[in-house]
Amino acid sequence: MEIGLITLAIILATLLGWLLKQTFNTQPWVAEQVSDTAHHGPFGDSSNTKLIGLTTLLAVVTSFFALILSAYALRMELGDWVPMTEPQLLWMNTLMLIVASGVFQWTRNAAANGQQGRLQPGLLITGVLTLGFVLGQYIAWQQLQSSGQFITSNPSNAFFYFLTGAHAVHILGGLYVWARATIKVVLGTGEAVTIRRSIELCTIYWHFLLVVWLVLFGLLLST
Amino acid sequence: MSYVAYADRDHEQEHHDPDTFITKYIWSQDHKVIAIQYGLTAIFVGLIALGLSAMMRLQLGFPDDFAMINPENYYQFITMHGMIMVIYLLTALFLGGFGNYLIPLMCGSRDMVFPFMNMLSYWVYLLSVIILLISFFVPGGSTGAGWTLYPPQSISPGTPGIDLGILLMLASLAVFIVAFTMGGLNYVTTVLQARCKGMTLMRMPLSVWGIFIATILGLLAFPALLVSAIMMLFDKTLMTSFFMPAVSSMGADPGYSGGSPILFQHLFWFFGHPEVYIVALPAFGIVSDLLSTHARKNIFGYRMMVWAIIAIGGLSFIVWAHHMYVSGMNPYFGFFFATTTLIIAVPTAIKVYNWVLTLWEGNIHLRVPMLFSIGFIFTFIHGGLTGLFLGNVTIDLPLSDTYFVVAHFHMVMGVSPVLVVFGAIYHWWPKITGKMYNETLGKWHFWMTFLGTYAIYLPMHYLGFAGVPRRYFAMGNTDFLPASAQDLNAAITISALFVAATQILFFINMIWSLKSGPKSDPNPWDATTLEWQTPDHPPKHGNWGHELPEVHRWAYDYSVPGYEDDFIPQNVGSEKAPAGRDHGGEH
Repeated sequence: MEIGLITLAIILATLLGWLLKQTFNTQPWVAEQVSDTAHHGPFGDSSNTKLIGLTTLLAVVTSFFALILSAYALRMELGDWVPMTEPQLLWMNTLMLIVASGVFQWTRNAAANGQQGRLQPGLLITGVLTLGFVLGQYIAWQQLQSSGQFITSNPSNAFFYFLTGAHAVHILGGLYVWARATIKVVLGTGEAVTIRRSIELCTIYWHFLLVVWLVLFGLLLST
Repeated sequence: MSYVAYADRDHEQEHHDPDTFITKYIWSQDHKVIAIQYGLTAIFVGLIALGLSAMMRLQLGFPDDFAMINPENYYQFITMHGMIMVIYLLTALFLGGFGNYLIPLMCGSRDMVFPFMNMLSYWVYLLSVIILLISFFVPGGSTGAGWTLYPPQSISPGTPGIDLGILLMLASLAVFIVAFTMGGLNYVTTVLQARCKGMTLMRMPLSVWGIFIATILGLLAFPALLVSAIMMLFDKTLMTSFFMPAVSSMGADPGYSGGSPILFQHLFWFFGHPEVYIVALPAFGIVSDLLSTHARKNIFGYRMMVWAIIAIGGLSFIVWAHHMYVSGMNPYFGFFFATTTLIIAVPTAIKVYNWVLTLWEGNIHLRVPMLFSIGFIFTFIHGGLTGLFLGNVTIDLPLSDTYFVVAHFHMVMGVSPVLVVFGAIYHWWPKITGKMYNETLGKWHFWMTFLGTYAIYLPMHYLGFAGVPRRYFAMGNTDFLPASAQDLNAAITISALFVAATQILFFINMIWSLKSGPKSDPNPWDATTLEWQTPDHPPKHGNWGHELPEVHRWAYDYSVPGYEDDFIPQNVGSEKAPAGRDHGGEH
């Protein structure tokens, strides 16, 4: 459970640090005017409310994956564990996800600079690459199955299917939000500000899932 | 881009009131309506779970007198009773119910920051409840694995409901977690972003602090339950061996190999122990506000109370294996977890001392909410002290599978939070409905519930010491038990049925109040917190009319010297009233 604990400790420490800064050295019983920003959240601006929502969600997802990895580490120590060989295709998929994340960042920057023309190609390329990643993961599953490595073959296989599946589900969730933003851009509906906000938030989510994937992939390769 | 906080942008927003019955009461995005929906649903399933416990008690008190209770049913009753009470009643009621109602009103917000997701949260919660209830009626019935769902027995033949029952249970939990996450994101973000002007974190009422930290615990701990539920689903349906060891079942080999049931226990209790505090922290917060209001005195040691809530929240993540002393895990773990468990008693004890010191020399009004709050201090101390017994490995080993544990956790996690739930409902009922209830009937309800629960759970400790095993349908070869243990069991059953029956007083009171109760004052308790200062009573959609409130002081300015009233609402400025406890705080 160390992985889960360490991850949790980091999340909690970040939160506690902020809370302590807010609560230490205050005299709550004193009634007086407080500064105009005293009721602001950690990211201040009201338009950042969704960012806080997303950050909180990412903490939840982090906890989810960290706990699976804790289970992975505990289960690995038992006698029946046979390390599996990952399909080479995963390297290709990883590359696609890295590029997708990069293109999303490029699109985000274009949106921030008001270069509206770049949004549509940027979003579409990101979408295609990300869908390519999910499809690639599915093909990797097919390859494993055709070589006789089923989910029941060994706990290492079971974890492989579970981890990649859980990650893909999160990607698909992201693609749902991506699709809503893309439809608005393609049809030309929706305000520029709203679209910029959703692209910004999607980009953070994409980077996050890339990092999660790199950690998972690294772990799968090394065990 | 200049920074503009949520509350400062209020005048730019247009507020659309829902106008049809459906948008107002069914598909409502108003946090107050959602809170009531959550509350009613939770209380409804809670009553089912109460009925199940009555069935169990009938069998335990009068073995084999009731033909409709057989061993299979009995285990299904245990399982569903525990699961419903802990998750579908208490978690949903404290966070979905009180969290939804109180956070925006106490923080001076118009609503939750993501109202649509808030609405979705309720409907997904309702779905999880429906899935759970369907499992009673499927072939084989609901699961009888115990609320902890330990493998291998939870999915092995011999346990009731190993087919559809356990599948629906796991599915329902997964759906519940989705619902909770949607609600939880809302509660956290609203507390962080949508407080009104002047409402610093350290001016928030302790109710909000308790709910806030409990939500964070829930958001980080529920994934552990989700992970274990998914992996168990795989073990059940796809025949993986995450948890399932190589077992021979009824002479046949089901095909599992080498899994670890202890792994499940680790994951389950990594969720399960914070869950205790997900229920307890909101109760701590609410009871602090109730005590302060009805004792007309500021809460003793507000900052300590806040930091104790935070410390308990943090520590609750490193005590989980004290539920596993008898699981055969590495004995050194036991040493570590016993230590952390005893450490968590420190912030908890600080809270108890501060509650008592809040009452000290207070102007105590023994109204119904106050009675329930004081009752809570008693039951929580009793339940907490037995927790110190069980936190030690050497004491836990002999007591772990006895009624001592049942008595402990019902005292600390069953009776205590439920007393707070009742206290809170009586306290905020006038705000929610605009009506008063019958005080005398409320007092009868309190005394019968409070004394009745002691009649149930105090003797259970003795049964535990005597070695009466828990989870048993009937005592088999237990000749070491004196015959009087059975008499005690019968007495407990009678008390339990009595307490269950007296809850009807509560419902009579509330229904009477709704139909013909007198109109209540907007602020019947002379309370300081913002929810009592709303322009409309009960508050309407948007809560605050045209102008958001502005906060000038903390939530505990009671009996401030030199001020004519014995309370100063949070939104009264210092030019109109003295500046708090220390006359301006010059010291």
